[in-house]
Parts: sequence; structure tokens; C-alpha cells
Amino acid sequence: MTAGTGMPGTPDPRDVPEGTVVLGASDVARALTRIAHEIVERAKGAQDVVLLGIPTRGVTLAARLAQRLASIDPAFDPERDLGELDVTMYRDDLRRQPTRAVGVTRLPAAGIEGKTVVLVDDVLFSGRTIRAALDAIGDLGRPQAVRLACLVDRGHRELPIRPDFVGKNLPTAQTERVRVLLAEVDGSDAVVISGREPGAAAPGEGDQR
Amino acid sequence: MRHLLSTADLAKDEAIELLDTAAQMAATQSREIKKLPTLRGRTVVNLFFEDSTRTRISFETAAKRLSADVINFSAKGSSVSKGESLKDTALTLHAMGADAVVVRHWASGAPYQLAHAGWLDAAVLNAGDGTHMHPTQALLDAYTIRRHLGGHGGGLRRGGDDGVGADLAGVKVAIVGDVLHSRVARANVWLLRTLGAEVTLVSPPTLLPVGVESWPCRTSYDLDATLADWQPDAVMMLRVQRERMSGGAGAFFPSPLEYTRYFGLDGRRLALLPAHSIVMHPGPMNRGLEISAEAADSDRAVIVEQVANGVAVRMASLYLLLSGTASSAAVPASLPAPVSSTTEGTAL
Repeated sequence: MTAGTGMPGTPDPRDVPEGTVVLGASDVARALTRIAHEIVERAKGAQDVVLLGIPTRGVTLAARLAQRLASIDPAFDPERDLGELDVTMYRDDLRRQPTRAVGVTRLPAAGIEGKTVVLVDDVLFSGRTIRAALDAIGDLGRPQAVRLACLVDRGHRELPIRPDFVGKNLPTAQTERVRVLLAEVDGSDAVVISGREPGAAAPGEGDQR
Repeated sequence: MRHLLSTADLAKDEAIELLDTAAQMAATQSREIKKLPTLRGRTVVNLFFEDSTRTRISFETAAKRLSADVINFSAKGSSVSKGESLKDTALTLHAMGADAVVVRHWASGAPYQLAHAGWLDAAVLNAGDGTHMHPTQALLDAYTIRRHLGGHGGGLRRGGDDGVGADLAGVKVAIVGDVLHSRVARANVWLLRTLGAEVTLVSPPTLLPVGVESWPCRTSYDLDATLADWQPDAVMMLRVQRERMSGGAGAFFPSPLEYTRYFGLDGRRLALLPAHSIVMHPGPMNRGLEISAEAADSDRAVIVEQVANGVAVRMASLYLLLSGTASSAAVPASLPAPVSSTTEGTAL
């Protein structure tokens, strides 16, 4: 249970709750830049790409990715091609959780018909949020393709869902908690694991895709 | 929140959560596919002991847009007309596995009885009881007012972000007409007060209930003076409920024409209002009695929009009452979900 341990780009330890910092601010920035390049490469340009962030931190990440996409390919306009997708009303666990507040869904004015939609989320875990997002997209239009970008893939999928763009693959135990902290929401950038059993091996450095 | 019975026991944050959820529900209703899978597999019973078209259709639409199954049960032509008691009806609904019961009843307090007598474990939504309460009507009125005027202390805010998150502080609302028989007026007085608005009831003395001085609002017998001097931001006209006036209309005022002269909203009175003010009516309207066609059809009137907002508000009410574990109603929705969900074993 050590706080940030002097990694490069590690934020002020006072801002970091108990847990191990696995990605610092500069790691997060590099991962997002790489994902942005991969999105452009995969779509062969960014003219038909639409970014949809899943609240709350996916929205922030999508906004940051949008800035990077615009600087790579001017055909991408962050004002025009960025949106957010609330999946609360499509979740399959509504009766098992306390009542969730319904968030905002904001689509690009041109819609998503025929576009390449990139869903952006912070942590990919069971895959159920993404399943809900796919259902929500199905009610909103028929995109040419849907892709998935996430900052952290922590495994333990419960559905046949696979990310297209990953910031970092993070092997975790089911009981651990992975949190993505972002400056816009939490005051600083970091990815933190808590609830890790003492003596467990730190994640290897070679597993970045 | 377990039931929605009265606006008097709604806290301010609950009311604002309902209005904010309604705003998100309204946003989904402009889509091509309006149906959401949210309440799939749940059953909503519309239990109507009193005639109603718009409230029943509105609740039915709301439940169906959320994919719930809807059963309509009206007293006419049912076992109730054969003398079945409310208790036996409730036990029947319980046996059928209703998840929510939307009840309209001619007796004040019937929904409370249904919710608290232990006959049912379903959520109870009051869709109007006697001359007591009509919470979803008040919520849709508050939602409509907030969309047009909210957040700026009675100032102008048309369009924009629809006032999400805001209360109604400083907004002045005049409620005009048959307050005595109106559950809409009662529901609105308490909800608007909770949200920070100021309310004046305008009515002939015969149509103000005994004890109105203890309500959190002002009263007036003079519509012209209220409109001209107080300059309300919203004017809510109430229907003259002739079916509840046992002696006919003459028992409470000398003639319909005299009522219209003193308390009807017409083009002349409309001109007394500030330019940003809105005209509301819970419907169904008696055109020519409490509201003239000129006022009802003016561009200040938001009466048709109120009906559309009613669906969104009822969707929000059903969502907030039926989603989530029944025992966890007190847990704030903003709490992060546990990673290894310990609630799974205890789910319904």
C-alpha cells in the first residue's frame, strides 16, 4: 500500500489515493498519442472518424484523443466529430446496483450513420459496459464500423469483446481495483491499482502493446 | 425513493434528480428509435378508478418507451364495479407480480393506503387522488417552467441547456382558478415551493379551500391586479371542475360568464404579462371558460409541450422507482460500483 513511488511523471502523492501507481501522467500522455496514431492508421485517415466517450472519464479521454487526432489529420474536427454516449439505460445490471443517474448523450450533428465510431472508455473489465454501448449505438444509427479504444485493459472479460486500441494491458486479480485519474476530473493524471495483495509481482514493463 | 405519492415529502435534491432524469429521457424521445430497453421484463399496472385519458396514455407511453409491460385496469367494466375492495384488487395485482402500480383514485389517500398497507410490494405512483395530490403533473409543470425560465431567478433562459441541475429560485408562478377541487394546485404549491419558486393562488373566495392560509403561498381574489402588479413569470390556469361541483356550477359562482370575466385568461390579460412569461394549463381545457382560445393558442402557451414533457417526467419517475435494488434506495447514485459486486447474490 505505497503511494506514488517517484516514477517519472508521478503526480503529487497527496492527490493519489492509496494504491500503486502503474501509469504516471507522461505515460498516459504517450499512450493516448499512440492510440491516436493507431486510430488514424486503422481508418486510413480521420475524415469519417467519430469519437464517442463513455461517461465519465471516457468523455475526458475522448476529448484528449480528439485534440491529438486533429493535430495528426486536420480532416478531424473536435467540435464536429466528438460526442458522448451514456449507456446507463442499456445496462444489464440496473436491478443489481443502486439507482444510477442517467447521463448525457450528445452525438455529432451529422450523426453516426456510415461513420467509423471509436468508443472511448477508461478501463475495460467485464465488457458489459461496451455491450451496453453497442446496443445504444444500434438505436442511434448504423455506423460503418465500431471500434473500441481504452486506456487500460485489465482482463477478466465476461463477454466476447476485444479492444482495438489499448493504452496498457494490465494483468490484475479480480479483487483489485483499477482507477484512472484524470486532471480534468481528479486533479492529476495517473492509473492506480489498489487492493493488491502484498508481495504480488508488479506488472511487467514489456506488456505494453 | 420507494413510492411517488406526494410532492410535499419530496426533498429538493430528489425533485431536481427527477427533473434532470426527465431531461435525459426527453432527449431520447427526439430520436428515431424512441424505445429504451431499461425496464424490460418489468410489469407496470395502470389502476384507474377515475376517468382519465391523458394521464393514463402518458403513463402507458412512458412505460412502453422503457420496454415495460403495461396492464391497464380501469374500474369501469371490471371487478371493482362488482364491489371488489381496494385491498382485494391490490392482492390480485400482487399475485400477478406487478412491479409498479400507477393509481388514480377518487378518494384522497388511496395511493398512500395502497403503498403502506402491506398488500403489495410494488412501487406505487400516485396519478391523482381525490382533491389531494397529482405529483407527476406538478413535476411536469416544474420541468416545463425550468426549461423556459429556470436557473436565472425568473430571468429569461429560453433554449440553451434546458436548465439541467437548476432549481426554480425566484420564479413567480400564479395558479388561477378552481383551487378547491384541484390536486394539481396542491401538488404544484408544495413542489414549486421546494424548488424555490414563489406561488400566488388566484381564485374566487368560494373556490379557495379552508386552511389555505397555512399553505406555503400567497392568495389573491383579483386576477387583473396579480397579473399587472406581481408580474408572474408563469401563469397556470386550472380547469373548472364542474363534475366535482355537486350543485352544478352555480353552487360556487353565479354564472360561467361572470367567472370568465373575473378569472378567465384572455388576450387583454395576456398583454399585462411580462414578455417572457408562459401560459400553462394541465388540461383538458374548457375553452371560453377559464381560458380563451386566443390565450390557449398564443405563442406564450406551452400547453402542448406540457403533454410531451409529461411522458419524459413519467419515464423518469418509473426509471428512478424501478431501477436499482429495492433496499439500496438511500445509497447515492454517485458511489462507484464495487469491483467484485457483493450485491449480486442478494439481487431480486
